[in-house]
Amino acid sequence: MIRVTLPVLLTSVVGFLLVAAFFFRGLNRVNSDLSEYFNIIAAVAFILGGGNLLRMHLDKVQRRRPGWTYSIVTVVAFLFTLIAGLFKVGNSQGWTGPVEAQGSWFNFAYDAMFNPLQATMFSLLAFFVASASYRAFRARNVEATLLLVAALIILLGRTFVGAFLTSWLPQPLQFLSIPNLSNWIMSTVNLAGARAIIIGIGLGVISTSLKIILGIERSYLGGRES
Amino acid sequence: MRQIWKNPRFLLVLLALVIALVLLVLGPRAILNFDRRHTNLFVVLLIVGGAILFYTFRAQSGVKYFIRKIAGIAAIEEAIGRATEMGRPVLYVAGTQDLDNVQTVAGITILSSVAKRVAEYDVHLEMPTSRSLVMTTARETAKEAYLAAGRPDAFNEEHIYYVTDEQFGFVAYVNGYMVRQRPATCIYMGAFFAESLIFAETGHSIGAVQIAGTAQPQQLPFFVAACDYTLIGEELFATSAYLSQDPKLLGSLRGQDFGKAFAMLFILLGSILATLALLTQSDVLTQLSHWLQGLFTIKSS
Amino acid sequence: MSAFLDRVGRMDRRLIYVAIALAVIIPLVAGLTFPVITTPIVQNIFDKLDSLPEGSRVILTADFGPSTVPENMPMIQAVLRHALHKKLKVYLLTLWATGIPQLDALEQNVLAKDFPDRVAGQDWVNLGYKAGNQGVINSAFSDFPGAFPVDSKGHDVRTLPIMEGVKRIADFNLIVCIASGFPGVKEWIQFGGDPAHVPVAGGVTAVEAPLLYPYYPRQLLGLMGGLQGAAEYEAALVKQYPEYASRSEEAIQRMGPQTVAHLVIIAFIVLGNVAFFTGGEWRRRRT
Repeated sequence: MIRVTLPVLLTSVVGFLLVAAFFFRGLNRVNSDLSEYFNIIAAVAFILGGGNLLRMHLDKVQRRRPGWTYSIVTVVAFLFTLIAGLFKVGNSQGWTGPVEAQGSWFNFAYDAMFNPLQATMFSLLAFFVASASYRAFRARNVEATLLLVAALIILLGRTFVGAFLTSWLPQPLQFLSIPNLSNWIMSTVNLAGARAIIIGIGLGVISTSLKIILGIERSYLGGRES
Repeated sequence: MRQIWKNPRFLLVLLALVIALVLLVLGPRAILNFDRRHTNLFVVLLIVGGAILFYTFRAQSGVKYFIRKIAGIAAIEEAIGRATEMGRPVLYVAGTQDLDNVQTVAGITILSSVAKRVAEYDVHLEMPTSRSLVMTTARETAKEAYLAAGRPDAFNEEHIYYVTDEQFGFVAYVNGYMVRQRPATCIYMGAFFAESLIFAETGHSIGAVQIAGTAQPQQLPFFVAACDYTLIGEELFATSAYLSQDPKLLGSLRGQDFGKAFAMLFILLGSILATLALLTQSDVLTQLSHWLQGLFTIKSS
Repeated sequence: MSAFLDRVGRMDRRLIYVAIALAVIIPLVAGLTFPVITTPIVQNIFDKLDSLPEGSRVILTADFGPSTVPENMPMIQAVLRHALHKKLKVYLLTLWATGIPQLDALEQNVLAKDFPDRVAGQDWVNLGYKAGNQGVINSAFSDFPGAFPVDSKGHDVRTLPIMEGVKRIADFNLIVCIASGFPGVKEWIQFGGDPAHVPVAGGVTAVEAPLLYPYYPRQLLGLMGGLQGAAEYEAALVKQYPEYASRSEEAIQRMGPQTVAHLVIIAFIVLGNVAFFTGGEWRRRRT
């Protein structure tokens, strides 16, 4: 009963309350309060995750498992950030100042390491978009050809070249200029498809949420029936 | 005494009592102060929610509903078999968001079926997570799945672990794992953002079979372009029903389809009315069109 | 020839990466730029800001992190310069924890350098970061000072002259949300602008932009999508106020490498299709 029935009951009560909070003004605070409770639980759960992370990597280093040197980097980075942030090391305003104050070790780690690393990972997308496009945009069939043509129009339309290539079109035919075609594809064709997908997703979310609230879907609890 | 806790009617009554108690504690004003701006939403919720419940319980009473083949879901078993033959692990990523995102919950429910298959095939399952709560929940889910498959000894909770909350830190870890350990199968089920293409391209570069499912519309094109199979939007939420073949879950899909038909009907009606109103310049049609639009507009005051 | 084309069709991805790297580095180093034309969807934002009378209140949010600074920072800098030039009251804030350094960067790079005469707390205010995602917007809808009780320096907002008369979101004239995910433009429309009847303008990454088109033009005044959108706003600003030409052309300059990269990607797509049709793959698929 404790393992399955109680969590299902708790899920149901909270689920119905949150739905009701949307429709009944008197319950408006329930929404924000429960969201804050979730944030608190998630923050406390981090201790579990962080502890597990440390344990796993220290074990890897101790047993010299493949990739143990990366684990040293992980542990050192984790401890450095934790200590620098928790104790506000190097913070000119001491313990009372904001954790990200200029000149603090935490701020240094953020500016000198976190920012460039994040930007680097995000930059990978530029290369991956090129290789994915090269592989994916082949006119294998009618649908793929339409996709290919649309992609070419949009790629050109987002740059000066698109306007330049069709600048010679007379005014009555300006709707065929690449930038206008690109806007038309985005605001009509793409919009219709996106709306359809969003409606389907919305219905899927309602269905899944209802199943979870009513306890019909229980696999996330382990799947065992009570 | 234990039997009573398994009785659904008893549980429903208990649930109703608890909700009533909570509302009483909060005050009767809460019940009376209905926000009239959301009346139309409430009606739609009753219709769609009611349809889902109706078909769910109808399916439970024995009515069979057809579900079309979804290639991506059917490929999961094949992909796990491939990993077994190659002796390489299966990588499972349940998104990069927390448990308050319904896509993550969908990813965890699919994990239950995947973990069961993995246990049956005796192949290694690796699941890095981006949130501590997801790690905890996933461990429980996978443990029960291994138990259900009769292989509790094969379960190792160390294979489901927390990496980092930071988006690109998580991406860097998973990419590093993929490139070093070269999993044969990569399954991405949940909410993803910019990392979707990075995962998919790296997976492609190591020759893994990739099956992705997400309800993030802006990430779907990347998965479709780079993965072998993609579950688009609501197919992600249908996967649990498809894999388990549980009649109740299949019935709920029928309810979803009813909701879609409901939306399609009004979209068609509204489009025809708006077009006719524009063409004929008729006041009656214009007013009718505006009234229909108003039915589905959320009022701000 | 067929074998060669087959190999081209299955080109090593590293060649593509090198080509893209060169396509970005060479124009960047050479300073290659192209003319930028402002489209109506961006012009609407510019015209709205330009038409606001002096002293109007504008919320400007920095809901993005370091990974999307190249796309989002030029947008927010251009909008901030425009707003301050028009002597509007600007309320800077963020709902992202990683948005704090972006607000600091705005203070250092725009406010301190281009508008040193503007007084913090009077002409502009940095309300910093508030956790709670759309809950914060919901809360600010009816009680803005309650949602943001202190500014980024810890001063009580009720003591600041700029907060006089500000009780709720409806007291503002415009919301400009520069974002790259959740919470973002959609949340500001749903919980802030639309219920309060305050126009909302957005600036997002190129990937997010298609999902916001359904909101334009009724709930969304205008949208800057990606680097192109940022460049278009900068072009409109520089055209109207040429004094900002040297300070506000970051996105326009970056559009040079982006344009060349797009052309390189198009070239690869065309090459791939030529190899597909003239090589053996298409014939093999047909038989």
